Order: sequence, then structure tokens, then C-alpha cells
Amino acid sequence: MQFSSPTIWLIIAALGVGTFLLRWSFLGAIGNRPLPEWGQRLLRYTAVAVLPALVAPGILWPAATDGRPDPVRLAAAAATLAAGLLTRNTLAAIVAGAAALAAGSYWG
Amino acid sequence: MPSPAPSGSTAGTSAGLHVSTSRASAERPRQAFRRGMAQAVPFLLVMVPYGLLFGVVAQAAGLNLLQTIGFSVLVLAGASQFTAVELIAQNAPVLLIIASALAVNLRMAMYSASLVPYFGSARSWHRALVAYLLVDQSYALAIANAEAHPGLSVPQRLAHFLGAALVICPPWIIFTYVGATLGNIVPAHWPLDFVVPITFLSMIAPMLRTRAHVAAAVVGVVAALALAGLPNGSGLLIAAPLGMAAGAWVETRMIRRAIMGRG
Repeated sequence: MQFSSPTIWLIIAALGVGTFLLRWSFLGAIGNRPLPEWGQRLLRYTAVAVLPALVAPGILWPAATDGRPDPVRLAAAAATLAAGLLTRNTLAAIVAGAAALAAGSYWG
Repeated sequence: MPSPAPSGSTAGTSAGLHVSTSRASAERPRQAFRRGMAQAVPFLLVMVPYGLLFGVVAQAAGLNLLQTIGFSVLVLAGASQFTAVELIAQNAPVLLIIASALAVNLRMAMYSASLVPYFGSARSWHRALVAYLLVDQSYALAIANAEAHPGLSVPQRLAHFLGAALVICPPWIIFTYVGATLGNIVPAHWPLDFVVPITFLSMIAPMLRTRAHVAAAVVGVVAALALAGLPNGSGLLIAAPLGMAAGAWVETRMIRRAIMGRG
């Protein structure tokens, strides 16, 4: 690394301010003004659209295995999803996924 | 005050997501705060090892202790912090570092918009506080809480969010410090990369209640896989709106069918 300390702090400050503004954007600026119905309808699906899409490439092509699909990780993801769908319980899903991952890593 | 909960009930202290709606609606803010804390505990599986790892990686990149902590306090966004430090270690141009790390955080603007219906009428400094503490995990818990208990008041939602954030965010900072000073104490052969997918899937699976939710998730995932080659995870910025549009479209169709009486 060849950056000076002020440059590093400039990067940190820019990221801090920029990230806060992204998080604050709609929440801070729109506030209590009503969103149109179509907007609310779209935003209802933000979490279920973003979070699985965020992790899907890493599940199928993990960086840790140089992008090769890994049966242990696939099984752990399947176990998490199945337990979550069946029990509707987050903690049960985490336990199922972690157990599958640990078992697969140990015996695999 | 209506109090359907049996006295001495410790509702929601274990897995948390099974508190009945009527009981949750009768919660005092302090109880909602504690329920948020309890629900956030599993996410320590993510915050602790990744905080450690960030401390280690930032030291290896040549940052000093104060800069390392500064990253976790001021940015408070794991994936973008790793991106920035990786590019700092490679001596990338400053503007490229800032732009790449902010691109990783663009999804936060979508989170911000989707929380407007639940926190929009809170005071402006409360909304600013929610914004500062808005990470993937606190967002997922806030949405799960709002969907499971539609009758909650803004103070109840706020208390739940702050309880969850108190468990999720400070450990990120504390374990950044621990990693920066002690070095990596997580065994190298642990499949640490997979903690994030497991916790995210475990949050999302219980939310897949309707065909519209399933459609949003499936379209988002398929598009993200198809666009996985784009840099800095920017495929997500196309995949996520496609998934959201799919969910909204299926919901519209379901409503139309229900109105026409063909179920």
C-alpha cells in the first residue's frame, strides 16, 4: 500500500458519508409522505428479491472452492431452505444449515 | 392496556418469530426492544467472525488500528469495507475505490425505500439513527417483524429495530478491534464464507408465504446467477428490481383473480 494517512481517511470519510446517504435516502427524504400503491407493491418484495439474489452466486460458485460447485455447501443451503420453509423458524433453519455444513466438512 | 400475554411470559426469547400478533401489538417498547435483541442473536454467527476477519485483512493491507476501527464505525457495511481494503492493498485509484465500495452498498437505498411504510412517520433523528444502523441483518429482521406483526406502532417497531441493531452492530466494531489486535483466531479450514448465505436463507425462507414472494425470490436468484459475471456485484442492481417487479406482478394477478371470483 502506498497511500498516505490523509488519503486513507479521505476514503473512509467518503465511504461513511456516501453509505449513510444511501441508507438515509428514501427514509430521510420521503418520510411520512404516502407512497403510490404501485410503489408500495414493488417495495413489499425488496427483502425476498435482494437477499437471496445477494448470496445465490456464492452458493453455486463459492470463492473458497475457486468457483467450483461444492456438494457440502449446496447441501447446507438446501437444508437451511428446507428447514426454514417447513418450520417457518429462522433459528431452526440456521441450526439445520450449520449442522449440514459441519457434518459435510467433517466427513466430506 | 390490553394484556393478552400470560404474566411472566418470556415470549419471543428463543427463536422469537412465533410471538402471536396480538401479543406483539400489546408489547411495551421495552419488550419489543428485548424481542429484537433475542431475534438478532443468531446473527452474531456472522458479525463476530467477519468482524475479526476484517480487522485482520485491514491490518494486512497496511491500515493502522485507528483507520481500521474508523472503517467499521463510520462505514458499518461489511462487504463494502472488504472491497475498499482489497482495492487499497492493490493501490487502485482513490476514485475507483470509493465508487466500487459505494456500488456494493447501493442495495441500501432499496432497503431505505422499503422501510418507508414502517418508519416514515418516525421523528427525523430517529429515521437518521435507523439509517445509520441499517445493515443486511437489521433490515431483514425489521421486515420480518413488520410482516409478521402488521399492527405494531412506530415506537414498537423502532424499539424492536434498535434492540436488534444493538446486538448486530457493536460486535462488528468490537471484533474488528479484536481481529486487528489479536490476529485471526478463527481456524483457517472453517467454511466461514458460508455463514452469510445460511443466515440470509434462514431469514428469507419463513418469509416465502405467498406465490408473489416466491416469484420475487426465484426471479431475483435466476437473474443474479445470469448476471454473476458483472463487476462488484452490480448484477444485483438489475436482478433485485426484476425480482421485485415479478413479485408485484404476481400480486396484481392474484388480486385481479380474487376480484373475478375464480380464486
